[in-house]
Amino acid sequence: MKRLILATLLGSTFIVSDLWASTAFISNEKDNTVSVLDLDQMKVTRTFKVGKRPRGIILSKDNKRLYICTSNDDTVEIYDSAQETKIGELPSGADPEQFALHPDDRKLYIANEDDALTTVVDVQTSQVLAQIDVGVEPEGMAVSHNGKIAITTSETTNMVHWIDTQNHELFDNTLVDQRPRYAVFEQDDSLLWVSSEIGGTVSVIDVKDRQIVKKINFAIKGIHKDRVQPVGMRLSHDGKYAYIALGPANHVAVVNRKTYEVEKYILVGRRVWHLEFSPDEKLLLTTNGVSGDVTLIDTQNLKAVKSIKVGRYPWGIAVKP
Amino acid sequence: MRFLLCLIAVLGLTFPTAAKQVETISIVFVSQKVEHPPVLSNLIEPPDDLGVQGALLALQDNNTTGRFLKQKFTLDTITLAEDANVQQTIDQLVTKGHNLFVLDLPSVSLQTILKQTKHQNVLFFNSRAPDNALRQQACDIRLLHTIPSRAMLTDALAQYLVKKRWKDWFLIQGPHNVDQKFATSLKASARKYGAKIVAEKIWNGGRDAYRSAQAEIPLLTQGEDYDILMVADELGDFGEYMIYRTFDPRPVAGTQGLFPTAWYWTQEQWGALQLQNRFKKQTKRPMTARDYAAWAAVRTIGEAATRTNSKNFDTLNRFVRSQQFELAGFKGRKLSYRPWNGQLRQPVALSAAHSLVTQAPIEGFLHRYSELDTLGFDQPESKCKEFIK
Repeated sequence: MKRLILATLLGSTFIVSDLWASTAFISNEKDNTVSVLDLDQMKVTRTFKVGKRPRGIILSKDNKRLYICTSNDDTVEIYDSAQETKIGELPSGADPEQFALHPDDRKLYIANEDDALTTVVDVQTSQVLAQIDVGVEPEGMAVSHNGKIAITTSETTNMVHWIDTQNHELFDNTLVDQRPRYAVFEQDDSLLWVSSEIGGTVSVIDVKDRQIVKKINFAIKGIHKDRVQPVGMRLSHDGKYAYIALGPANHVAVVNRKTYEVEKYILVGRRVWHLEFSPDEKLLLTTNGVSGDVTLIDTQNLKAVKSIKVGRYPWGIAVKP
Repeated sequence: MRFLLCLIAVLGLTFPTAAKQVETISIVFVSQKVEHPPVLSNLIEPPDDLGVQGALLALQDNNTTGRFLKQKFTLDTITLAEDANVQQTIDQLVTKGHNLFVLDLPSVSLQTILKQTKHQNVLFFNSRAPDNALRQQACDIRLLHTIPSRAMLTDALAQYLVKKRWKDWFLIQGPHNVDQKFATSLKASARKYGAKIVAEKIWNGGRDAYRSAQAEIPLLTQGEDYDILMVADELGDFGEYMIYRTFDPRPVAGTQGLFPTAWYWTQEQWGALQLQNRFKKQTKRPMTARDYAAWAAVRTIGEAATRTNSKNFDTLNRFVRSQQFELAGFKGRKLSYRPWNGQLRQPVALSAAHSLVTQAPIEGFLHRYSELDTLGFDQPESKCKEFIK
């Protein structure tokens, strides 16, 4: 009986939840647009045009500004997230792909994939504060929650580069498996998670000594291990799970953060790329590049709830409460 | 005293690169110009820096990575004339202390070197010659191949055509030795994957395709019942002119039309676009299979040096051939060398002139260990004895 009520409750929340009255912005790499997904209605309400080849997409800390890496225009575009109109551009260096915003809401760390550089821009003054030499094809970017460390992963060099945000110098490099794509810090900044797309692994690195403490492998029945290619990741605030998008394996892995065991593989759309939570973390959104849709995962039941068509090659997601 | 030793050990561990001198790893790139017979369709002039540009790009990649590990890579590039004594050149280089070679050489020169070079502590990368024999009977333990064999190329094409159920092939073969090799490889792939050569003709080269294609090709292709016209024309003499001129409406594949290749500018997935862009920025031209193979060879050495943190020849040579070795090559799969014949396992692109059609191995062609080994010579059919020793 209790279960039945719970099920009913859950079912109804999908239809009329005001808990999820939030908006997801999805960058469509091959359409040069951003889809606006209303998480309350679970549908795309609008689509607006942006610069060429939009990939990385994030919000300012107050959620008022939306930053988009428009890779083929060599800029970061700034949009008013309420009006969905362009309000400015930032110098980004060539071919910006991923970026991360410092907790100070000013310093933006941008990976310049073609130039083996990480560019640091002050979003208020549009000044380039520094350009840091990193490995070939910098891709993944992250800033620690305490703001002390910035991370760049380089895909061809296969390293995690550790940047001191005080002087903008590299203070260490960690070699990881082939094609590191994405990096994310644990909430307490003790560990860094890094996904290696071609290596097919996720390395968990101790921030203190920059040594790998755990390497996570994946195995999905019926899917060749070469097709398991970890990319985007999200760590839940409750410390329980890491969610890892597995690219052409079309699944999201759910990893227990105590045991580092994979507890579940959730089938989503084709070539799953990046992930983002709804503000209450009850939903996890995935961009599926090849099938051109976004899958919503219910994080309580660890089940895919719905897939919603967006533009061509959806790449990144930013969610505004 | 013991305390002092501990201290040194700790320091050594904490700052492994601080005390290390910069290590230099030198690679030699040897190329040879070959004069081809004149072709009729001379619209596209082949660049004269094929191969070497791929090696130079990889050198940059290696050095960017090397900075973090105090490793420096150098590349000496040598271009030989067609009548040059390749053997003498290699001997001189080995005597000078070189042992890592990327060989952008035609098959004949490559075989001369393998036969005459007595030096054992050398590692050769074949980045140009697709000859099947070099992977089979004529294989050599010192030689690894970054360019796919013809067998890999024709297997890739066969997989796709069989999957499409275009199984009846009409084969037209050019007059050159390489055309015959491609045709032979196509026939083997047809047998392997269940396609059939239903008709076979030779393009004797006497005709001027450019002027008379409209009249000649319908006649040549009339009266046969087939699914697809397969051309074996490696030099690009007549293949392009078959397209749209067959008697019956039939697609064209092989060396032209839908063609298999290690690399072509239409590849953009799996980060390939980044490599294409970096290459174009450097050379102002698209990257070809020969460039890619040279790139993969120099990157192989770089990857081995990074992972082993060593410049020692034996260490590098052993690592490249080990199961630990993997190379990210912008093809969506990790690349590694087959332990039975030294061939780099890699997906093969099937492309048309302006669009990528698909990438082999094609889904559904299964393999016990790696689907990549459905392309080319697999372990059970290997005739390469040198590697088993």
